[in-house]
Amino acid sequence: MAETTVIKKKESTFAFGKKERKLLVDPLNDNNPITVQVLGICSALAVTTLLNKAIVMSIAVIFVCAFSNLITSILRKSIPKQVRMIVQLIIIAALVTVVELTLKAVDYNVYKELSVFIGLIITNCIVMGRLEAFAMANDPWRSFLDGIGNGVGYGIILIVVAALRELLGKGSLLGYKLLGPTSDYLLTIPGYAPNNLMVLFPSAMFVIGVLIWIHRSFNPKLVDIS
Amino acid sequence: MSGELLNLFIKSAFIENLALAYFLGMCSYLAVSKSVKTAFGLGLAVIFVLGITMPINWLINTHLLSESGLFSLDLTFLRLILFIAVIASMVQLVEMVIEKVSPALYNSLGIFLPLITVNCAILGGSLFMVSKEYNFSESVAFGLGGGFGWFLAIIAIAAIREKIRYSDVPPALRGLGMAFILTGLMGMAFMSLMGIDPAAF
Repeated sequence: MAETTVIKKKESTFAFGKKERKLLVDPLNDNNPITVQVLGICSALAVTTLLNKAIVMSIAVIFVCAFSNLITSILRKSIPKQVRMIVQLIIIAALVTVVELTLKAVDYNVYKELSVFIGLIITNCIVMGRLEAFAMANDPWRSFLDGIGNGVGYGIILIVVAALRELLGKGSLLGYKLLGPTSDYLLTIPGYAPNNLMVLFPSAMFVIGVLIWIHRSFNPKLVDIS
Repeated sequence: MSGELLNLFIKSAFIENLALAYFLGMCSYLAVSKSVKTAFGLGLAVIFVLGITMPINWLINTHLLSESGLFSLDLTFLRLILFIAVIASMVQLVEMVIEKVSPALYNSLGIFLPLITVNCAILGGSLFMVSKEYNFSESVAFGLGGGFGWFLAIIAIAAIREKIRYSDVPPALRGLGMAFILTGLMGMAFMSLMGIDPAAF
């Protein structure tokens, strides 16, 4: 069964060369968690109605992704193969609980708005996917960078989608009124009505679908030929 | 009583569909909906696991974690860890049982069983059950109904995606992009069911 003998690791250098930069930059474009790997969609859809929710969620995911990668990578040689899923999930769940309790203490309103979706970071497939695909096979420093890269790649899409949805659906960004029919909005357009569809769930699907379309038009090597 | 449970089943399957009204379990929903056959296998496995984990998580939540439970302490901060541990171990258990009892079914489900652990419909279902304060039999009905709704949704999108392969979709939108837009349209269709009270029939 499990060999608990911890093999002496190679000296992990905290180098920051070309390879390390690639780990950070790749998930932003060529290997974006949402538009290319299609991971972590559920929370991306649910929390993008308002920009501030999306920002909080992105920070939470970056934190969980980076530190779960780091911890798993440190423990990777002592985790038995058969129960690795449960071990990984428990690492993630512990980190998510930290995030949840912190958020509850810092900003209770946002915590209430995000409701179950903070908990659902656990099953956010990006976190789990990166643990399986990267952290189980790489040293802690690189896994940490990979976690940050993927978290940021996820966050960018989340913030773009949320900004579009909030601007078109409510006419505001971060609560500042920007676009609307009455004079208390920054840009007043008489007769303009915000599109309520943008606040509802299906619009997140449309926005991400169109983002994928745009992304792939500029990056033809990602086009799905099947 | 049984009428109420049937209502809850229908409500959670159609009106509050986990996939199309709450958009839970989207990752596997989008990844595994390329053909109806595989979608069918995953859908069945989801019904199964939701139906099992929901009552177990209910028991854990009321009898271990709440203040009136076994330890008379408020342990709700452990909820996430325990729920996901239950789900992960149930999936592993179900996998082993199916492998022993019916190798044919095991082969057809294949990789989908372990995938279910990270299907947020399962954990989301359990968390909804807590926030909606269902009792034991309601949680069973909610689990089965939710699973059935998810099953219907994934079969529907798989069927549409099989057909749309013959359509002239712009290359950059082909596959994934189109799947997103289709799901959005299906979600809009399901939105029209919102607000219907099955008890009224």
